[in-house]
Amino acid sequence: MEVPILKQGDYLIASIQSALTDADLSQLREALVERVGRFRSRGVIVDVTALDVMDSFAVRTLRDIAHMARLRGAETVIVGIQPEVAFAMVQLGLTLKGVATALDLEEGLIFLNRRGKERVDRG
Amino acid sequence: MTAKEANPSQPGGKSRTEDTAALLRELVAHLRQNRTQLREEWARRITQAKLLTAMTEEEIFAEATSVYDNYVEALETGTFEALQAYARNLSERIIPRGVETHEVVGIVLLLRDVLARSLFAKYHEDFDKLNRILDAYEPAANRIANTVAVGFVQERERIIRQQQEAIRELSTPVLQVRERLLILPIIGVIDPQRARQLTEQLLRAIRANRAKVVVIDITGVAAMDSNVANHLVQTVEAARLLGATVIVTGLSPEIAQTLVTIGVDLSEMATVGDLQGGIEEAERLLGYKVVPQAEAQPA
Repeated sequence: MEVPILKQGDYLIASIQSALTDADLSQLREALVERVGRFRSRGVIVDVTALDVMDSFAVRTLRDIAHMARLRGAETVIVGIQPEVAFAMVQLGLTLKGVATALDLEEGLIFLNRRGKERVDRG
Repeated sequence: MTAKEANPSQPGGKSRTEDTAALLRELVAHLRQNRTQLREEWARRITQAKLLTAMTEEEIFAEATSVYDNYVEALETGTFEALQAYARNLSERIIPRGVETHEVVGIVLLLRDVLARSLFAKYHEDFDKLNRILDAYEPAANRIANTVAVGFVQERERIIRQQQEAIRELSTPVLQVRERLLILPIIGVIDPQRARQLTEQLLRAIRANRAKVVVIDITGVAAMDSNVANHLVQTVEAARLLGATVIVTGLSPEIAQTLVTIGVDLSEMATVGDLQGGIEEAERLLGYKVVPQAEAQPA
């Protein structure tokens, strides 16, 4: 199933609706990285609220998306990780190091707005 | 009574079990007859052996009386339910007063000795009879000692389980002190099960309260091993995945030393000396600024 990617101002929002295969995940990664450049986006939000399982491939793909998007000039934040999923992830050692996370979409937007302001402040 | 006494002294024709039953009846009659004297002797031996020091002499005598009566009854009827119930009831009363297992076992064995001695005294002229009486008495007495001891230990374990349950339920409050700021004070021993429960509760609370910052205060934790420390690190990581920052406060000098000595990597964890500092840091992260009213008014 393809993941819809919405453009919202300076940000891209990818809302995952159901469990994804590895191919779907790879496709999401390519689509996001490509669109960050096309729309000159400053931020990417990946919403995983609907996922109740997160395997190592999914976690690695999310981390790759964050790192690749950063290279293309956009900050990434993963939102909506469920408490049980979070606990299972840390037990498996999948901690998304170096990737920003937020409670939900709203928090993710606040986070990106603040980051954007910091960047403006710096010059 | 003379008739009963006559029966077992003439073996032959009677089956073994009937013989034992008759001997036990005779025994019970003897114990009933000498109740006062044997009971006093027993209570004296208990005091002498410095058992049940948590209880007064009158209490010991009162308990000794009921134990004695129950003991004789168990010997007479051969059923142990009443004795079991009494042992449980007795344990319930004396465990909170600090009576130890060895004391309970000790007094029951003393009673066994006192009664055996009285049997020696009574039958010392008829060795054969004494033998048969002891044959009947010993298995029953051992079973009684067993029943009482097991009853005591079971009661003790039940109380311990109950208390563990209570501690578990009491000890994991997640408190909201400000909008988006949670405090989790941990007190007491953290075992793996409790650590897991703490984490689950915290993660759920983060979601329910939309918390941004969590202060985990471990001032009340006396010791920590590598398992618990790693679990704490995992909790911090999991909270971060939900978008919350965790600040750990109140690490005692001992815990700090232990953690550094066993080499747990806490570099990912924000720590502040005490709870006050932790809350101040959390407020800073949330953008609060607490100032005294006098300073705030001009603005």
